[in-house]
Amino acid sequence: MAKKQVVTSTINGEEVQFLCKPQQSLLEILRDELDLTGAKEGCNNGNCGACTVMLNGHPVNSCLVLSVEAEGAEITTVEAIAEGGELHPLQQCFLEDAALQCGICTPGFLVTAKALLEKNPDASEHDIRFNLANNLCRCTGYDKIVKAVQNCQTKNKEAVSQ
Amino acid sequence: MSTETPEKPKTEVFLGKTDYKVIGTRPIRHDGADKVTGKAIYTADFKLPGMLHGAILRSPHPHANIKSIDTSAAEAMDGVTAVITAADMPGLKDKNANLGEGSVNLLDLGSNVLAHGKVLYRGHAVAAVAAKTIHIAQEAIKHIKVEYEELPAVTWVLDAMKEDAPILLDRVRTDDMGKMSESPTNIAKHIRFEKGNIEEGFSQCDLVIEKEFRTETVHQGYIEPHASVAAWNEDGHLKIWTATQGSFTARQQTAELLELPVSKVTVTPCEIGGGFGGKIAVYTEPIAAMLSQKSGRPVKVTMQRNEVFEGTGPTPGSYMKVKLGATNDGKLVAGEAWLAYDAGAFPGGVIGPGCMCVFSCYDIEHAKVDGYDVLLNKPKTQAYRAPGSTHVAFAVESIVDEIAEKLGRDPVDLRIQNAAKEGTVRVDGLKYPRIGLIETLEALKNSDHYQSKLEGPNQGRGIACGFWFNIGLKSSVTATVNADGMVNLIEGSTDIGGTRTSIAMQFAETLGIPAEDVIPQVADTDSIGYTDVTGGSRVTFSTGLAAYKCALDIQDQLRTRAAELWDCEPENVTIEEDVYSHNGDSMTFKELAAKACQVGDPVAGSATVSPDCFTNGFAAHLADVEVDPDTGKVTILRYTAVQDAGKAIHPSYVEGQMQGGAVQGIGWALNEEYFYDDKGSMKNASFLDYRMPTCLDVPMIETIIVEVPNPDHPYGVRGVGEPPICPPPAAIANAIYHAAGVRMTQLPISPPKLWKAISEK
Repeated sequence: MAKKQVVTSTINGEEVQFLCKPQQSLLEILRDELDLTGAKEGCNNGNCGACTVMLNGHPVNSCLVLSVEAEGAEITTVEAIAEGGELHPLQQCFLEDAALQCGICTPGFLVTAKALLEKNPDASEHDIRFNLANNLCRCTGYDKIVKAVQNCQTKNKEAVSQ
Repeated sequence: MSTETPEKPKTEVFLGKTDYKVIGTRPIRHDGADKVTGKAIYTADFKLPGMLHGAILRSPHPHANIKSIDTSAAEAMDGVTAVITAADMPGLKDKNANLGEGSVNLLDLGSNVLAHGKVLYRGHAVAAVAAKTIHIAQEAIKHIKVEYEELPAVTWVLDAMKEDAPILLDRVRTDDMGKMSESPTNIAKHIRFEKGNIEEGFSQCDLVIEKEFRTETVHQGYIEPHASVAAWNEDGHLKIWTATQGSFTARQQTAELLELPVSKVTVTPCEIGGGFGGKIAVYTEPIAAMLSQKSGRPVKVTMQRNEVFEGTGPTPGSYMKVKLGATNDGKLVAGEAWLAYDAGAFPGGVIGPGCMCVFSCYDIEHAKVDGYDVLLNKPKTQAYRAPGSTHVAFAVESIVDEIAEKLGRDPVDLRIQNAAKEGTVRVDGLKYPRIGLIETLEALKNSDHYQSKLEGPNQGRGIACGFWFNIGLKSSVTATVNADGMVNLIEGSTDIGGTRTSIAMQFAETLGIPAEDVIPQVADTDSIGYTDVTGGSRVTFSTGLAAYKCALDIQDQLRTRAAELWDCEPENVTIEEDVYSHNGDSMTFKELAAKACQVGDPVAGSATVSPDCFTNGFAAHLADVEVDPDTGKVTILRYTAVQDAGKAIHPSYVEGQMQGGAVQGIGWALNEEYFYDDKGSMKNASFLDYRMPTCLDVPMIETIIVEVPNPDHPYGVRGVGEPPICPPPAAIANAIYHAAGVRMTQLPISPPKLWKAISEK
């Protein structure tokens, strides 16, 4: 068996060192070694998006990233979306718009949608659907998720204009 | 003189209220913050000190005898602490265990959890390992040597019914309407329902249409794979944390399989990542428990996605032959159906409800249905949202559409003319109480969507109805009033889609307090009374009813405390919403809660219910599609789901059920299927190849909630979860016909299939 390696990354704003074996995914390390269980394992082969995290500014399926690749990387997980004890507007919109049922896919959707809105605040419904197609939800039929993202766009614009 | 037995007096009736304070509002769900911050604990997130990890060895063959299993090499591996096979399971008994929503044969259940002598489908569990890490466990199962004697496999239901078909289980005989066959067979059951006189019925018809339909195996597709953690203590007490729709059902199945008294097993339901009927039967629970017993350590067993597809229970593929007859004025007079559903590897599929649902939307005088429960080399089928009903809705609603077309009638009007209503007797003999199908169809007809026109080429519009019984069963809740006026509400129903809130809202409504003042919590099996599964669209209805009764209990106790404070008789205290008054004195619920404990016993309420009724949910869907004739690809342009919810407690979550069910049905209609090769192996056991809808595949799902109160619930609640999956395949098939001129009778209507049909037109 291969030896463990030391990897240093910045996770949710803090420098973290962890030990990992070459075959361990970033998702496994986040969940099992670092107790960041917000990212979920739905398929372990990059098809469901429940494990989405931000890696160097891009949303990625953390099940497809080897943890050794995270050396020097900046990683943000769903646990860091709420700041200073306050929910992020997107999280608030998900709650107000009932955009979750069982909730297992919710962390992945939040990470993907937040990344989209930061890159493209005026994303059209088609843009939203195109980007969120990385994430599977089996409960909601997506309607309320898309609407929550749209309502967050409206709220963000109102906040800017005030 | 009437010889009919008088109807049972009803224990709960609709109160007739129309102005609500809490019901019908849209509060933020109580567990919401946990679920948007990643804090909610699902089973895979749960850890115990010293916990080991389990992996399951599964059969690569769809049908084979197990000649021998050699676990020695796996046992010798560093880090491996336990290896189990069926030999480690207590002797299984050929007896039925009642699980509330149906029963299960323990010999079948146990043999499904770990193969006993024979593997019956690819993915059938054969052995399991517990090891220090998941990687060691996954490596170790590769070192278990299993010698198989391969047998021919059968995966198409009509082939499995043939006399020369490979037999799955030598012990199975056909239960042919109560008469048992003599020789082994794959046909586990033949049931028949009949009303009127079918020959006479068809002889009265001016138009008779008969068609064959075929549907493929589909999976519930919950995003969370099955997972369990088990800790078998030295005192013989077994604790299980698991992803289950029914903690008490999981407790009972596990206890029965492992020959433990139920009270020696505690099941804690973690947050559950979807179920849709697929997380009722146990798979990982007994395996984790046996590994824990053998290793003396807690063990977690989590499935991989391919294991979920191949090793858990999808819902059946089917063959259906359906015949419907109408008179020239549009009256449906006679219906006949012959249905064969996959049971999977063990008897007990969903053919029963399929037979009961086939003509459930219509008032048809003469009807007959024959149904067959058929074993074949696929996983044991399980419930999937209105189990068995979507299949028959696809068949019947396709033919009804054709009848409307041939008679030159509006398809909604024809359905309204024939719609089941109060007093209609279903083919299985059940007489409907007040139901809301006509109101549902009228709402669809009056919708903006139905009033709009389709304009482009290759576009078409389809409608279809659907039905699910919606059951009652048993529920328990308890509640304690705190001095700050908040209430802890403890319930046994696992919350898959916001039911903590829909239950808390009914509780709050009854006490006249805000929903936010109720703190609902789902408890383990030691901490709350018996509660049946979260399934059958029963929780908001039945556990909601328990919450209502529990609130009345609390109200009664508070009335007594108020009477003690004011030195009067409790019956002289009047209650208006949350205000308790007597002779000029008055206190709110909150004020009284603060004082109650000082003047008397703590205020704690409880209620248990087992409503013996159905709440009868009907849905009608409207789909506009565009068909690309060059590729056979179908685009959904617009979609509206209409449904009678009785009373929508939290409208957002009712809409969510309607939208989620519709999109699952859209997946079933257009893409989803288990794809088997010639040898009987599934070839698409991943989310990449088993193609569920993404948000790019569907439009917004418009919803119209109809509210025809359920007469058997104080607030008129009907179940809502299941009916919305039934109409989509037929609504879409009908829309495709109107767009492309081909009647598609096989699901899924995937591009190659549709392209071929259009090319051959």
